[in-house]
Amino acid sequence: MNTITAPAIEYLQLAPLLIVFGAGILGVLVEAFAPRYLRRAMHIPLTLLSLAGAFALVIVQTIKGVPTKPSAMGAVAVDGPTLFIWGTILVLAFISLLLLNDEDHFVPAASAVPGSAEEERALIEGNVHTEVYPLALFAIGGMLLFPASNDLLIMFVALEVMSLPLYLLCGLARRRRLLSQESAMKYFLLGAFSSAFFLYGTALLYGYAGSVDLAKISTALSANVGQDALLFTGAALLGVGLLFKIGAAPFQAWKPDVYQGAPTPVTALMASGTLVAAFGALLRVFWVAIGELDWDWSPIMWGVAILTMVVGAILAITQTDIKRMLAYSSIAHAGFLLVGVVAIGDAKQNATALAAILFYLAVYGIASIGAFAIVTMVRDAGGEAWHLSRWAGLGKRSPKLAGLFAFFLLAFAGIPLTSGFFGKYAVFQAAVAGGAVQLVVVGVVASAVAAFFYVRVIVLMFFNDPAPDGPTVVLPSWGTASVVGFAALATVVLGVFPQPVLDLAQSAAGSLFVR
Amino acid sequence: MHVVYPAVVAALLFSIGVYGVLARRNTILVLMSVELMLNAVNLNLVTFDVWLRDQLHGGQVLTLFVIVIAAAEVGIGLAIVLAVFRNRQSIDLDRLRDLFEPPNSSDPDGSQPAATKVTTGVGPE
Repeated sequence: MNTITAPAIEYLQLAPLLIVFGAGILGVLVEAFAPRYLRRAMHIPLTLLSLAGAFALVIVQTIKGVPTKPSAMGAVAVDGPTLFIWGTILVLAFISLLLLNDEDHFVPAASAVPGSAEEERALIEGNVHTEVYPLALFAIGGMLLFPASNDLLIMFVALEVMSLPLYLLCGLARRRRLLSQESAMKYFLLGAFSSAFFLYGTALLYGYAGSVDLAKISTALSANVGQDALLFTGAALLGVGLLFKIGAAPFQAWKPDVYQGAPTPVTALMASGTLVAAFGALLRVFWVAIGELDWDWSPIMWGVAILTMVVGAILAITQTDIKRMLAYSSIAHAGFLLVGVVAIGDAKQNATALAAILFYLAVYGIASIGAFAIVTMVRDAGGEAWHLSRWAGLGKRSPKLAGLFAFFLLAFAGIPLTSGFFGKYAVFQAAVAGGAVQLVVVGVVASAVAAFFYVRVIVLMFFNDPAPDGPTVVLPSWGTASVVGFAALATVVLGVFPQPVLDLAQSAAGSLFVR
Repeated sequence: MHVVYPAVVAALLFSIGVYGVLARRNTILVLMSVELMLNAVNLNLVTFDVWLRDQLHGGQVLTLFVIVIAAAEVGIGLAIVLAVFRNRQSIDLDRLRDLFEPPNSSDPDGSQPAATKVTTGVGPE
């Protein structure tokens, strides 16, 4: 009879994760035990302080030195890229929670039918679903664990912990309820479908390598010759699951529907946090586990990257819904980021490409939260002014707001003096160094097409006459105002003076992923 | 027993699940098809676990995780289905068509399609 030895867990390294999950659980307890009128007042500090505390711990970790081997018996890898991604996600999550914090984004009683007596009662009593705070915290915890997971079991658990709360959050919009619930349903069904593919891929890779550990899969590549069917099918199915989460081209169908229907703060959280987390996980699987196979997967990734950029940029032109247009722009950006994923080579090349991707993720996430924050402020009688025609002439009515929105759009387009320019430049430069020149040409053409529809919105806002019954711009709460201010400031500063963050990304990427 | 038999059964189950998701229009049946796919994965994992004589039983452990998470997923999925059914009296996927690509949208000054239909939400304006 063997004795069981307790596993060694490096609690300090995992502390950011533990704090966020712990605060999520505390939030559930608050829901259960605190009286209704106190809940919001307890949730807000709990949520924001836990995110700030986790961010501080990430900084402490970075100063103390980056661990060189995986923590928790090889299950979670807290390495340079992970710490950078954690920092990015925590900042993005903090500012999207400030946005989420606003009074009237969420439904008073999710189970009630609109217009029913139950709903009336909930409105009169001033009920709010304060469950959104713990739900968001669990989703953020999943986002932190997803890119850090060093084996496929943890990665699957993290994927579900991230996704399940987001499915619910999508269905809780206060206005346009049917759309919101429809988006939750679509997101749920497609998400469950794709995670089944992810799991089947995991099972096949487990059969191939005898382990779900990414490093062991990597070593099995040279040891187990002759079971290529298992390996290739498994890797392909795993790739489908991951590409679905980033919204790459053949699997992008959910993104516009979900972004349009979900409450805008939740859309902001998804457009930034989920994308960052999913890219981290994608990179880890494709570079660590099956990095040796890059000759086999990079042609496919080329195709996916081209398709994603083209589909995102071209379909965005035909959109009339502002959030749908931003969703297609997010698809195009996922394509630009995939250009960096393809640029794999020797260790130095990998570090350059990784640094570029990390920088791009950070700047794109911040700019997209800023853009969605502005979308929440332009209101019609029925909620947010979603139709693009309603945005006509906004520049004449509230030049400051329209100017800021135009600025974020220019950052998406990658105009110099915005952070988006340096993001794109870094990724494309790394791709050229990695020998993917044709891909970069497609990328540049796609960004030109994308710039067209961004500029079209700017022209619409500034050079068209406002409609007489045009939308009103609500006075932002301090939360929304500080989100917009922070996002605009970060976009300007990183556009003029990107070097510190680029250096940080480079030093984070220098050590590459630990195995 | 050779490892191929259970692996093929698992692949067939998975394919039936994929067919169900693509062909069924009832949301509950789609949900069941997804569960079928997950169970195919479980069968596969257990098979490989036995076949590889895994000392740590990684496959079986993963199976337990999959079962738990599938249960959580069904809980959330049924909650969403219920909310949709209360509002629409239907769970037919083909009737969830409010979110769609605009049919003719080259002009941003066009009319607002379905603007009145979808503003069923409430709230102080």
